[in-house]
Amino acid sequence: MHEDAVFRALADASRRRLLDRLHAKTGQTLGELCQGLEMTRQAVAKHLSILETANLVSCRRQGREKLHFINPVPINEIAERWIGKFERPRLNALLDLKRTLEGNDHD
Amino acid sequence: MTKSAHSTFVYVIFIRTTPEQLWAALTQPEFTRQYWFGIHQECDWTAGAPWRMVFADGRVADAGEVIEIDPPRRLVLKWRNEFSELKSEGYSRCTIELETVDEAVKLSITHTIDQPESKFIAAVSTGWPRILSNLKSLLETGKVIMETKVTAG
Repeated sequence: MHEDAVFRALADASRRRLLDRLHAKTGQTLGELCQGLEMTRQAVAKHLSILETANLVSCRRQGREKLHFINPVPINEIAERWIGKFERPRLNALLDLKRTLEGNDHD
Repeated sequence: MTKSAHSTFVYVIFIRTTPEQLWAALTQPEFTRQYWFGIHQECDWTAGAPWRMVFADGRVADAGEVIEIDPPRRLVLKWRNEFSELKSEGYSRCTIELETVDEAVKLSITHTIDQPESKFIAAVSTGWPRILSNLKSLLETGKVIMETKVTAG
């Protein structure tokens, strides 16, 4: 049930982009997250709310600001479900190879 | 705007259990060893008490003290790495909050240090998701997902 929310939240390029931005720098305000994006503030707020419902983003108040933090825990739960402890070193090696060849962390 | 001087992560997990059981799992060494890769904590769980995280081989991983404790709702720890160069970053602050949401408990871990781009926060933030997944699995099914033990070496 909760996994459905996670997959739905991830099934959108704009929301994955927001997660990428929070992965690069966690703890950002809505205003910071909007910078440089071709989306309205309302659209970004709506995407963040879907990410929050899926528990992929958590929020903390700091003074008057609301900061958004990436929460990788649900993604880890999905990974742990199908990736056994023995496969992990090999998958990491493949990921390292991919990064070396492609010269990029994601996208 | 002071946040750039800090490094913080906030991790949240929902576990189908009671706050009391989750609190026991977070504080009792016989539980902790099972989901924290052999690590256990030494503490008498009172405000101001010293707190240590100990590897299976007896070496101290991290240490500090209890800043606030309100079982089974809130625990704040002063926390410093003890076994590597990360020790030089000094003390961090880890806030653990438990909140009942429907039939589950929402566990929030907020770990922060007064250092920009902290390597310590980067290191602990990669460990927590696996620890939390293991903890959830232990409480919900009685089994952990990964049993590997870690040591300082």
